[in-house]
Amino acid sequence: MDLKGSSFEGWRREDGRMGVRNHVIILPVDDLSNAAAEAVANNIKGAMAIPHAYGRLQFGADLDLHFRTLIGTGCNPNVAAVIVIGIEPGWTGKIVEGIAKSGKPVEGFAIEQNGDINTIANASRAAYKMVKHASRLKKSKAPLVDLWVSTKCGESDTTSGLASCPTVGNAFDKLWENGHTLVFGETTELTGGEHLVKARCKTPEIADKFQAMFDRYQRVVETNKTNDLSESQPTKGNIEGGLTTIEEKALGNIQKIGKKCTVDGVLDKAERPDGPGLWFMDSSSAAAEMVTLCAASGYAVHFFPTGQGNVIGNPILPVIKITANPRTQRTMGEHIDVDVTGLLQKRMNMDDAGEALLDCMLRTADGELTAAELLGHREFSLTRLYESA
Amino acid sequence: MTIHFVVHDEGDSVGVVVVEGLKASNRINGWIMDQDKMIEFDAKSDIPIGHKLAIKPIKAGEAIIKYGVDIGKAVSDIQPGEHLHVHNVKTKRW
Repeated sequence: MDLKGSSFEGWRREDGRMGVRNHVIILPVDDLSNAAAEAVANNIKGAMAIPHAYGRLQFGADLDLHFRTLIGTGCNPNVAAVIVIGIEPGWTGKIVEGIAKSGKPVEGFAIEQNGDINTIANASRAAYKMVKHASRLKKSKAPLVDLWVSTKCGESDTTSGLASCPTVGNAFDKLWENGHTLVFGETTELTGGEHLVKARCKTPEIADKFQAMFDRYQRVVETNKTNDLSESQPTKGNIEGGLTTIEEKALGNIQKIGKKCTVDGVLDKAERPDGPGLWFMDSSSAAAEMVTLCAASGYAVHFFPTGQGNVIGNPILPVIKITANPRTQRTMGEHIDVDVTGLLQKRMNMDDAGEALLDCMLRTADGELTAAELLGHREFSLTRLYESA
Repeated sequence: MTIHFVVHDEGDSVGVVVVEGLKASNRINGWIMDQDKMIEFDAKSDIPIGHKLAIKPIKAGEAIIKYGVDIGKAVSDIQPGEHLHVHNVKTKRW
């Protein structure tokens, strides 16, 4: 594919970013506000609630991450407008203020001193106007380089490292050369191959920052583990799929960053990159947590290689799934967007596979629904750093 | 020709089975990806899809090499063609 000459049609947002979906979201600040958010989304067709489990009595860095993730989700260019609902007005206002900086329509509602019923009525009236507004927005053409792409794999097996992760690597090399903004992460899932990622860092300063993030996460594992993490990392599913050790899993995972890309910078969780290139985000290797963080960082399309068949989606970020495992393609084909099983029988070469993925990316950017979207997968999982107060 | 197992690099000590229902003693075809070479082998165990077979003799305590990199250590002797997984290999980390 001629990436330089390619374009896609999406929505140009107030802050200049290009989105490929046009969601109006009802975003609860906390677990207590999920019921009201879901009621609003039920009242107004075309609005989507994003319920989650947290947001009370968090503090310090964990609370900062909570706010950053919710604000980032609201600011994502795949979102046209946002209703924020919280139990009380203080934290609700903070999130509204953060999202308002993107310039998009956002309104907040607090439940205390109103009750659910009045809050739902008021928020539904606002959502009605926002969906009307969003439905009037016209798509426009943009150069492909305006598309931000994230990656994370899941329920990996040995076919991931042989074929589906290198397929992403092939596509990432091409996108990186074209000047796209890209991200990968999964800090503990680099264990045994961290030296390879470090060697790919563009400058010694970036390499040092990467190593510090890696070492910090290793200390979390060392401090809290009760065994060698067998069945957690690698997971039971990974082991069923033939992966034996974390080192083997890591080497497969790393194939996603291709052969040419340099690691051009590092990000904290849900942090927005400030320029193009391949970014490393310090993050969990749990699929829904990592993809939620990618969406909060502003990414518009996600590449997700899977071996045993992870079924993940995200409310606002289209997740494109790639598999090279013929059993997974046979038994769970409805979850797979790009079939690269031909790679393992030499019926397809890596360049063909990378092109097939880029074709799917372009169709998805132009509006074709992914398997996860069609099947209603909207996993939204907030990363927690420690206990609530 | 069906490819039964794939090896990343010819220096590796393992290959990955890429077909379902592989039985012991089949004469099986392997593809070494990086060097684009074919090899023939005997499987000494029934090996599920995605699981590995040893393609070299490995002594207890020795490193397992895949992608040209150390991915863990053998905890018992492993013969060429045998199933290699969590029962005979462990991580060196954590």
